[in-house]
Amino acid sequence: MNTISLQYLVDGLKLIKPEIAVTITLVLIVIVDLIMNKNKRYLPYIFIGGLVVTLYFIVVQFSTSSFAFEFSKNLGMVIVDPFGNFFKILIAGSSIIVILFSVISNEIKEGVDRQGEYYVLMAGMILGMFFMVSSADLILIYVSIELLSLSSYVLAGFSKHALRNSEASLKYVIYGGISSGIMLFGISILYGLTGSTNLYEINSLVQASQVHGFTFVLSGLLIFVAIGFKISAAPFHFWTPDVYEGAPIPITAYLSIASKAAGFALLIRFVKITFIQSVDPNGFWHLLNIIDWKTFIIIISILTMTLGNFAAIWQNNMKRLLAYSSIAHAGYLLLGLAVLSNEGIAAILIYFVVYGFMNLGAFLVVMIISNKLGTEEIDDYDGLGSRAPFLSVALAIFLVSLTGLPPTAGFIGKLYLFLALVDAKMIAVAVIALLNTVVSLYYYVRVLKHIFLNEKAEGTAEFATSVSSVVFIALMLTPVLIFGIYFTPLVDFAKSSIALMGF
Amino acid sequence: MQVGLNHFLVISTALFSLGIFGIVTRRNAVMVLMGIELILNSANINFIAFARFGNFGLQGQVMALFVIILAAAEAAIALAIVLNIYKTFSTVNVDEIDTLKD
Repeated sequence: MNTISLQYLVDGLKLIKPEIAVTITLVLIVIVDLIMNKNKRYLPYIFIGGLVVTLYFIVVQFSTSSFAFEFSKNLGMVIVDPFGNFFKILIAGSSIIVILFSVISNEIKEGVDRQGEYYVLMAGMILGMFFMVSSADLILIYVSIELLSLSSYVLAGFSKHALRNSEASLKYVIYGGISSGIMLFGISILYGLTGSTNLYEINSLVQASQVHGFTFVLSGLLIFVAIGFKISAAPFHFWTPDVYEGAPIPITAYLSIASKAAGFALLIRFVKITFIQSVDPNGFWHLLNIIDWKTFIIIISILTMTLGNFAAIWQNNMKRLLAYSSIAHAGYLLLGLAVLSNEGIAAILIYFVVYGFMNLGAFLVVMIISNKLGTEEIDDYDGLGSRAPFLSVALAIFLVSLTGLPPTAGFIGKLYLFLALVDAKMIAVAVIALLNTVVSLYYYVRVLKHIFLNEKAEGTAEFATSVSSVVFIALMLTPVLIFGIYFTPLVDFAKSSIALMGF
Repeated sequence: MQVGLNHFLVISTALFSLGIFGIVTRRNAVMVLMGIELILNSANINFIAFARFGNFGLQGQVMALFVIILAAAEAAIALAIVLNIYKTFSTVNVDEIDTLKD
């Protein structure tokens, strides 16, 4: 029986400083919300301050690679490694941007007396995602997914009185509950087959004793259900359009970036750690011959992107269109994993940074327009080009970037993804993805046609955009344009972050 | 007759199937939530049975405890959302709540 020394606890706690910082921020928001009952203006800035401290802790320990609270030799529940830290930076960074979104969003301002809850729940989501990207144990995976989900169910229905908000949260909670229940059943089977819930332990057990068979495949696929739900991959995507359309725009933007990133981090870690046999010098992974992940993921990803892109063509609501486009992007991102190589993972990381900026930027413009016009219908965007030139041009750049055309950052993201595919000699898949991009060009350009070419008879007055909004949009535009031309630092950063603990 | 692992697995699989069946066929949001609870409990039975009969240590039982707690939290949140739905739509029939459509 091991005795737990104080030193052991201190060593473990030192490694989870970012999570501790988020927890303290959460508690602080609750307390400040209670004390300063009348004035809630400072809450978001306290939250941002807390997240900046969190970011500092992540950057300081960026290249550490070890287990927090190691319970026996090289086994633990929480991993701290560059891969996880990369995603933590992505999540914390996008959280800061989304908090600024919330400050200027009308939907959130309406619930002024519930601002405290809003930010507390967001902190809960961040905590869940942090543990999701760093978990090496099925128990922790389940608990952190639930922590993330429970907070986001409530946030999706934040404006209590709007019909579509309530509907979005109901659909989210039902679909989410089912998918995590199915995952739990898969975990229980996997536990029964291997006798362990630790991914590293399961890997070594499977390598030693060759537990093949239908049950093992089944448990892996059941676990994939909840992860596929989080990243909105094809058979589990049906909640995405409804929830994205119904939820307040800042939360929609947040779900499309942070929660998707956490899901991808978890999927990559689960597939790589549980099923890896060896990594060859070229960075290609050799997985155990249990589940044919390569074929499976290729099928899922082609299904996802085709479905997302073709369904987006018929959409008339901007949020719904962006929801389908985010499904399609999940499909592209899955291709990076299907390559099963370090190069593919680097491509995913690059794509995520780029996707974060361009997607958040697009949602930001949509939100500012919706604040002014009170609509998200694409038909109401007619003639916007002359009424609000800056907003229109910004939206145009974000949409072009989402398509993946040069000289925007979206092109770089797609370029590295396709390079990884070609290097792995998956030309056919690359061609299908390329054709999908062409389809996506149609619906993005359709929005631009409404903005710049269609004229609207009434309501042609110019509307002013506040200085803070212009600065905010410019801040989102800069990386989208700069990374399109000068992308070496981004690529180097991604390549330095692909190291998973142990491999 | 000795009660063994297989008996537990049969019960848990039956519960899981009943849960899925309930989710698919019921139209009342509360009934759908009950189906989800059945799924969670079927997994719990699996965890406890495997931990008991496989001599795997305490991980399975710890997991079951976590699941019980999270199921309670999820039920609380889901019921609050259903209550909110009832206030805005005056119905809890999931088929009638479809203002968001293609």
